[in-house]
Amino acid sequence: MTEAIRADALVKTFGRTRALDGLDLAVQTGEVHGFLGPNGAGKSTTIRVLLGLLHADAGTVRLLGGDPWRDIANLHRRLAYVPGDVTLWPNLSGGEVIDLLGRLRGGLDTRRRAELLERFDLDPSKKGRTYSKGNRQKVALVAALASDVELLMFDEPTSGLDPLMEEVFRQVVREEQERAGRTVLLSSHILAEVEELCDRVTIIRDGRAVETGTLAGMRHLTRTAIQVDLAGPATGLDTLPGVHDLRTHNGTVRFDVDNTALDAVLRQLTTVGIRSLTSQPPTLEELFLRHYDRAQAGGKQRTEAAR
Amino acid sequence: MNGPMNSLTGTRALARLALRLDRVRLTVWVLGLAVMPMATAANYFKLYPTEADLRAVSAVFTNPSLVALSGPLFDLSIGGLTAWKIGATEFVLVGLMSLLTVVRHTRAEEETGRLELIRATVVGRHAPLTAALLVTALANLAIAVLTALGLMATGLPTVGSVAFGLATGLVGILFAAVAAAVAQLTEGARTASGIASAVLGGTYLLRAVGDTGPAWLSWLSPTGWALHLRPYADERWWVAALFIGFAVLFTAAGYALAGRRDVGAGLLPERPGPATASPGLRSPLALAWRLHRGLLLGWTVALAVTGAVLGGAAAGFGDLQSPNQQLADVLSRMGGRTDLTDAFLAAIFGITGMVAAAYTVQATLRLRQEESSGRVEALLATGIGRLRWAASHLVFALLGTALLLAVAGVAGGLVYGAQVHDVGGQVGRLLEAALVQVPAAWVLAGFGTALIGLAPRLSALAWGALILSVLLFELGALFGLSQWVLDVTPFAHVPKLPGSAFTVTPMLWLTLIAVALGAAGLAGLRRRDMPVA
Repeated sequence: MTEAIRADALVKTFGRTRALDGLDLAVQTGEVHGFLGPNGAGKSTTIRVLLGLLHADAGTVRLLGGDPWRDIANLHRRLAYVPGDVTLWPNLSGGEVIDLLGRLRGGLDTRRRAELLERFDLDPSKKGRTYSKGNRQKVALVAALASDVELLMFDEPTSGLDPLMEEVFRQVVREEQERAGRTVLLSSHILAEVEELCDRVTIIRDGRAVETGTLAGMRHLTRTAIQVDLAGPATGLDTLPGVHDLRTHNGTVRFDVDNTALDAVLRQLTTVGIRSLTSQPPTLEELFLRHYDRAQAGGKQRTEAAR
Repeated sequence: MNGPMNSLTGTRALARLALRLDRVRLTVWVLGLAVMPMATAANYFKLYPTEADLRAVSAVFTNPSLVALSGPLFDLSIGGLTAWKIGATEFVLVGLMSLLTVVRHTRAEEETGRLELIRATVVGRHAPLTAALLVTALANLAIAVLTALGLMATGLPTVGSVAFGLATGLVGILFAAVAAAVAQLTEGARTASGIASAVLGGTYLLRAVGDTGPAWLSWLSPTGWALHLRPYADERWWVAALFIGFAVLFTAAGYALAGRRDVGAGLLPERPGPATASPGLRSPLALAWRLHRGLLLGWTVALAVTGAVLGGAAAGFGDLQSPNQQLADVLSRMGGRTDLTDAFLAAIFGITGMVAAAYTVQATLRLRQEESSGRVEALLATGIGRLRWAASHLVFALLGTALLLAVAGVAGGLVYGAQVHDVGGQVGRLLEAALVQVPAAWVLAGFGTALIGLAPRLSALAWGALILSVLLFELGALFGLSQWVLDVTPFAHVPKLPGSAFTVTPMLWLTLIAVALGAAGLAGLRRRDMPVA
């Protein structure tokens, strides 16, 4: 089996809200898959459908080779999940919750548990009601990471963690994947996190996957930022296809270029003569913003109509 | 920044928010508490049309168990009897309403973190507490006025009616003040409500002991003061000053404590829990036990005490020489056509069944609470199926109810048996009388489960079903409603034990209905989306 998760054309409506609108998602076994989207894009809804908590109105889901709606208990023994908004029982201590969730999942590694508590700097003897949001999240993270499962699903796992703990989280996820070859689905709107951890990314917006693939593959579709000092005037550049935002300042030329046009543009530059050149690959940030821009016009109309 | 005006900024907006959030809940409380005394008075006018009727049953009111239950009877009149019969209940309930309302708008808001959001806006330090107290005071004012008007409408004297309304409102305001102080102590809202409720229950017990023993104990109890304000029996208005004095004291304590602590923190330190779970905490059932045990323990104690007190009260019925014919009629309609003591016992176990059903509903709705709080999500993402999770809570609703009724039956049997020198026989009879109520209470558990599974947002209607049962049972027989209306409630079908013959058919039917409702609910639960907020 090569696909840990496969969802095709998922539709889920809540009353008049269409939370998922034909969403596709495929996660390969053993990869860390980033699930990116702005708030309200449908990330949590998708994960709840994958968990068999919500029943999709249309579309098909396969999770670890099974149907999450039917085989719920069996599948759940093989995965661990950290909700985006962790709520705990007010009168149970964090340690009790970690043990309980681990045992309900079929057991947890006590050495690993102790190590994770140490690394996340979490006091397990405090009662549920006294934890901050970040610490509640750590309770759920320790419970999930200390279990021996094939698939880890995190819904915005670091939204309450400080930068130091975010780093710990990244390290742990990397180790998990290297050590055990686990599959990870990581929903996030923090791009640096996804960029650092994920092999492949699915970007969703308004309940639909707008882009999916490796980061390298996505960059291929987009632009590289070029800054160049030329021997002569930058003639002919502005007429080349694929060159955007061309501007010259004190002899330094800056522009963005579509990666498909890079070859032709560089040839043109060398005919003028290059003194120095820096190029920057697009960050995920830019990918993301571009998707916003592109969808903005249509998106706005849709929200307007929904009102 | 610390001037009184600044610390109260935003009170009006918060009070309006609280009224908006509570508009249904408070309306139900206010109307319920205003109607109860009025209905009681109306019933007594029907039951005892002449003074001779009253005098005929007067012996029963000095029975120590009834005095413990309701306090001393100060005046043998319809007004005096009404204040005596309903007073103790009314005062405890109005206290409960007030303390729950204050805690809900102070500590509960703080615990959920919503208060933080509000306090970060232009809202003074003391505005949330002030708003909660204002709203509660307003509700109590409404109860006082409506209660007095209602009693007057039945034809009772104005002065006594005003005194009873005043006493009710004052108890409410005092316990609002108590809750204002207690809410500052703990971080958890449930603990705060628990402590304040324990204070309320303690005042009831103090009064019960004081009225049957050392009288000064009764004067340590605010619910006792309310009775000793003596509505319809040569009112002692100065008692009102006691309420006002202590309400001011507790309110001041609340403000002083609130001014000293941080938002979210309590004054009582939160004790740390164990760093690892005990080996037993490894199943949904074990978790449910942790979540239910406090509730079940509290209810068990309450029903043991109730059973014992009622068993004692029943012993006094044997002494009654010439029972009023209409009272006997009413009792036999509520409790079956047998001798008066058995009829009384059957009637009180019918009521006990509905009291236990309050636990049934509460325990069943824990299921819904686990869902709406979001805690169920992490749980269902482990290997736990929904049915197993639901079953872990329903076990407590079903078996817990049976346990509570068994405890009430045994306690009643022991006390009553000791007085009639037949402990062995009476424990068995009253245990049976208590246990026949179980299937009826289970119907409410089934109804609650059906709501949770099929219409989760309407789950609170399970309480409506219980309230309807109580109203039909208490008032139906007195007002002579037709049988098919009474038959709507499960409790109408319970064999009236002791006294009548035990019939198994209705018990089977009730159990079957409970199972069918529960099964429908569970089927819905399996099929629907989770969690529904």
